[in-house]
Amino acid sequence: MKILELKNVSKIYGNLKALADINLSVNAGDWLSIMGPSGSGKTTMINIIGCMDTPSTGSVILDGTDISRENSVNLTRIRRDKIGLIFQQFHLISYLTAVENVMVAQYYHSMPDEEEAMEALAKVGLADRARHLPAQLSGGEQQRVCIARALINSPQILLGDEPTGNLDEENESIVVDIFRRLHDEGVTIIIVTHDPEVGDVAQRKIILEHGRVVDDIDQSATFGEALKLKGKS
Amino acid sequence: MENRKRKGSRKKMYMRMVAGSLIRRASRLIIAVLAIAIGATILSGLVTIYYDIPEQLGREFRSYGANLIVLPRGEAKITRETLGKLRNLIGTDKIVGMAPYRYQTVKINEQPYIIAGTDLSQAEKNSPFWYVEGEWGNSQETSRVMVGSEIARTLGLKIGDSFTVQGVRYGEKAEASRQDLSAEENLKRDLARQNFHKKLTVRGIVSTGGAEEGFIFADIDMLDELISDTFRADVIECSIVADAAGLSELSAKIEREIPELQPRAVRRLTQSQDIVLGKLQALVLLVTVVVLIITMISVYTTMTAMVAERRREIALKKALGAENKLVMGELLGEGVLLGLTGGALGVFLGFEFALRVSLNVFGRGINFQIALIPITIAVFIIITVTASIIPVRRVMDIHPAIVLKGE
Ligand SMILES: Nc1ncnc2c1ncn2[C@@H]1O[C@H](COP(=O)(O)OP(=O)(O)OP(=O)(O)O)[C@@H](O)[C@H]1O
Ligand SMILES: [Mg+2]
Repeated sequence: MKILELKNVSKIYGNLKALADINLSVNAGDWLSIMGPSGSGKTTMINIIGCMDTPSTGSVILDGTDISRENSVNLTRIRRDKIGLIFQQFHLISYLTAVENVMVAQYYHSMPDEEEAMEALAKVGLADRARHLPAQLSGGEQQRVCIARALINSPQILLGDEPTGNLDEENESIVVDIFRRLHDEGVTIIIVTHDPEVGDVAQRKIILEHGRVVDDIDQSATFGEALKLKGKS
Repeated sequence: MENRKRKGSRKKMYMRMVAGSLIRRASRLIIAVLAIAIGATILSGLVTIYYDIPEQLGREFRSYGANLIVLPRGEAKITRETLGKLRNLIGTDKIVGMAPYRYQTVKINEQPYIIAGTDLSQAEKNSPFWYVEGEWGNSQETSRVMVGSEIARTLGLKIGDSFTVQGVRYGEKAEASRQDLSAEENLKRDLARQNFHKKLTVRGIVSTGGAEEGFIFADIDMLDELISDTFRADVIECSIVADAAGLSELSAKIEREIPELQPRAVRRLTQSQDIVLGKLQALVLLVTVVVLIITMISVYTTMTAMVAERRREIALKKALGAENKLVMGELLGEGVLLGLTGGALGVFLGFEFALRVSLNVFGRGINFQIALIPITIAVFIIITVTASIIPVRRVMDIHPAIVLKGE
């Protein structure tokens, strides 16, 4: 079942084609890596999928709805309901505790529920750090809070723009382990990364260059092998 | 049921976010709270003084002399009973001083002078600006009197000197000294039954720069006794806490209720009092408006800086699915709490400020308007929220994709 389909999607800034005629479809429960050199259009693409931006031309079908022509109010609503976002910078609210940061996502989505937020933190191994402020958490811990926050409303797709970009190897493998668990639970995962090792863990990897998909690699054969337990033992 | 419970928990989260932002970012907000608090201090202080100025200055002006002169209508004099009626009519709380005067011609060394018999302690309250060398007279040692500086000069009197006054008792006919009689015979005539004479001592010498310097001031009861008469005042001088309008209202009331009296407001005094009051109140009003504007500007600046500083946080909330109006509501909520904190702090500082001003300038306490507490706080909440609207609207221009991508 297709959860996402991009049809002839282009994004044009003046005379620069950040995305040029992209065609891509992703099945529900897939784990996709997007790689490519700097400026190739990875962030542009993930922003369009994540309803933070709209394409200049082409259409984007997300869970059966064309989101390419929606206004910003509707995009906000769709993003809230279907998308979980993780950024390279951790982007936590500095004056709220870990658990409160998770609850913020619940608050904007529907109802804050502290118990549920605590469970989400426990899932990423942060039960004992729930009452800490972001400044009192390590980078890896902060990113795990972000993951808990991205997942709290049970989104259909988890989008990450270089989610491990600011992490050391140990934290990187912790985060990848979490992704693996989420994948087992059936969450669709799309991750932009510069790190070949992180890129290799996915079932499928696409390579962007100058706004075009230049390679689309099926990795299901090696899927689940890379990064396993690395840094843990 | 379920629904209501859920609503409550959203509200709780809202408060948690707003309060968290204020409490955990407190050091950033001190300046804003301080600006609001100072504004509220000056506002509540000035408004308190504004309401108290008429009362304060009214009493202050009373040191410039009587502002209501009450004369008898026609030939009759004012009796003690009428004086009492007048006092009750005006009300003792409004009376600073109320001195009846009886003028009596006497002779000193065969020259005519006038004794003003009065209630000296009341006269002192009426005229605190009189310069008195020595002491004010009182109603205990009645033979020690005050003399005007002009009399003291002509008679060569100093403090402690004595002089003798002579005159004709009330209702008797004065008989002039006759050239054809010897001095001895004249003296005998003066000492006759219808005449009085008394030795008085100078207790104080009065300088006012006015007609008072030509009078002798003595206790009115002593004077009555001296001339063998009951209380009969020629005039009553009153110093009353009231503005021009209040005085003319009072005059009308006196005329209506005590027809034997004829009140006259001292217009020169009451008018200048009203002019000074009006100017002072206009000044206070102006300063208040300026303070409000300055407070608004500083809140505006603070909120603009705050929105800029928190662009990422705002972008993040929007990325998490927050609608603009929710984020703006949170920032305005912070504004309300800022206004509340600053306003509450300021009200109490303002009362303290007004009290100090009042004690220093007027030498007395002040009446606090309790209603000023909620009003000031409400005014500052409104000011903060109003000044925040434009900065907070910038939330709409923050695009999460652009803000969250960078650096
Ligand atoms: N708002 C914008 N206005 C103009 N040009 C833009 C804008 N956003 C991106 N671009 C351009 O579009 C191209 C693709 O940018 P994008 O951010 O998608 O690259 P990327 O693949 O994410 O790069 P990186 O790996 O460095 O993050 C770049 O050339 C960039 O300069
Ligand atoms: Mg990028």
